[in-house]
Amino acid sequence: MPEKDEYLLRVENLSLKRDGREILSQVNLNIRPGEVHGLLGLNGSGKSSLAYTLMGCAGYTPDTGRIWFAGQDITALPISERARLGLTLAWQEPARFEGLPVGAYLALGAKDADPKRLAEALEAVALPPRAYLKRPLDPTLSGGERKRIELAAVFLMRPKLAILDEPDSGIDALTLNDIAALIRRMADQGSAVLLITHRDEMVTVADVASLMCQGSIIFQGAPAEVRRYYGLRCRPHADISGPQPWGEAQGLEARTLAWGDNRR
Amino acid sequence: MSPVLPPHQAQRLATQPGWAQEYEAILEAYRQAGGDPALLRTPQFATLVVSANRVLAANEVPGVHFEAEELPDGIRARILVEPEVRLKRPVHLCFGMLPAEGVQEIHAEYEIGPGAQMEFIAHCTFPNALRLKHLMDARIQVGARATMIYHESHFHGPHGGIEVIPQAKVMIDDGGRFITDFSLIHGRVGKLILDYEVTVGADGVAELTTKAYGLGDDTIRVNETLHLNGERARGLTKTRIAVRDRAISEVFTTAEGNAPFTRGHMDCTEIVRDQATARNMPLVVVRDDRARVTHEAAIGSVNRKELETLMARGLDEEAAVDVIIRGMLQ
Repeated sequence: MPEKDEYLLRVENLSLKRDGREILSQVNLNIRPGEVHGLLGLNGSGKSSLAYTLMGCAGYTPDTGRIWFAGQDITALPISERARLGLTLAWQEPARFEGLPVGAYLALGAKDADPKRLAEALEAVALPPRAYLKRPLDPTLSGGERKRIELAAVFLMRPKLAILDEPDSGIDALTLNDIAALIRRMADQGSAVLLITHRDEMVTVADVASLMCQGSIIFQGAPAEVRRYYGLRCRPHADISGPQPWGEAQGLEARTLAWGDNRR
Repeated sequence: MSPVLPPHQAQRLATQPGWAQEYEAILEAYRQAGGDPALLRTPQFATLVVSANRVLAANEVPGVHFEAEELPDGIRARILVEPEVRLKRPVHLCFGMLPAEGVQEIHAEYEIGPGAQMEFIAHCTFPNALRLKHLMDARIQVGARATMIYHESHFHGPHGGIEVIPQAKVMIDDGGRFITDFSLIHGRVGKLILDYEVTVGADGVAELTTKAYGLGDDTIRVNETLHLNGERARGLTKTRIAVRDRAISEVFTTAEGNAPFTRGHMDCTEIVRDQATARNMPLVVVRDDRARVTHEAAIGSVNRKELETLMARGLDEEAAVDVIIRGMLQ
């Protein structure tokens, strides 16, 4: 790894098998500081597995490859230490905590747990603070509400890199704009974002995007380019060992990008 | 039994050197247990302060009466709420012992008159307990259409040298409601044997919530029984317990649907860490084919996703576990 790396996150040849099945295959991914990086892929393509592996979740220790973050090899670090370095994850289906009020939850990882900041974060995800700060973070909240609270918590952490796993799923159409605005706001405050989604319109908020299929990143480029490729060619493909549809893409060259090639 | 000291006399006694010292000390312990001592000095609040076997202060308000008798190892008390009395402010009760050793037995009778509505907030504080036993033996009568809400929270200090035995036999008349929560999550549990038996009349409601956090070699035994005897009687037991280290928890709950259209539910969640042990034995008894009684129980370690979510916020594993447990016990 270079002494002064221009990338905040550098993933090298990451592979992971679970129950004998290859979940991630030779994944390479670079993210610059402050960059919003869209990761597009169909359901089951390995996006969430990559997120859990990057975060260091139980059962997601890579078989091969390295993860470098902020100049440090974090491949073997526990979740807490990764978080302290500035990496965090918003789960696709966030956990619920019986008895823990929303305000207390938001304050847990916040850089600044000032009540005004907590309220501001809730407003940023279109939740009125008065109605939510004291509410328990339990099953009485809908999936969409819980998701928005998770995004507010990540926003308050001001991480170096936030991995947002499908922040758009379960969110009503009106709130999608707020979520997109929040992602840009996170970038403005200096956080890089790995935006995981299967909705191609969502990656328009990104600076650069990657396409994931069958556990591998198969294409990287400008969001519009990745969207087009996704729309034209990306289909569920049951047999990873057989001929792959993306190899036949017309008008777009499927590329495995060299480091540094993914920002334009 | 005789009526307890009238407020002015109790206050006067409390200013005598020996009493005053103990009174202030028990109020400080009350504060540590989460209570607000200022409320115990506010004349608008009905209050009763008992240290060991002495009634240190008592304040009645219209419609609420206290009678007390000092026993060698505690007190016998009667708390009476007149029919149709509905106070906006809760009655504050403070029971405790400051010495490290000893016995405190509280034999209490509560009578909530028909149509009355009363909330009690009881703090039981034993901050220095090393070899101490606290027995709370209550007989509770909730009159027809009356509501009694009873919160009891304990503070035991760090040593675990205490045995706590809260027992209650509760009779709820037709249309009455009894809602109670017992909480022992601050300081060490020591040995807890909680035993509540509640009989519910027609259209009556009983809700029993018990929360405890056992550490070290603490033992927790919860035994709750609901007899849903009247038509449309409803009952719920909700148990939230966490045990760590070598602590042991045993929860026995019984709900009997003995009359038409009764509804009962038992809900138990226990978190186990380290070498601790948790057992849950719900017993469902139905004696009428129109009754319905259900139960759900979950015993296990901390939910992995909850843990990892908090760790992804920068908390280490131990801190994350503590947040989850304390949240569950809130």
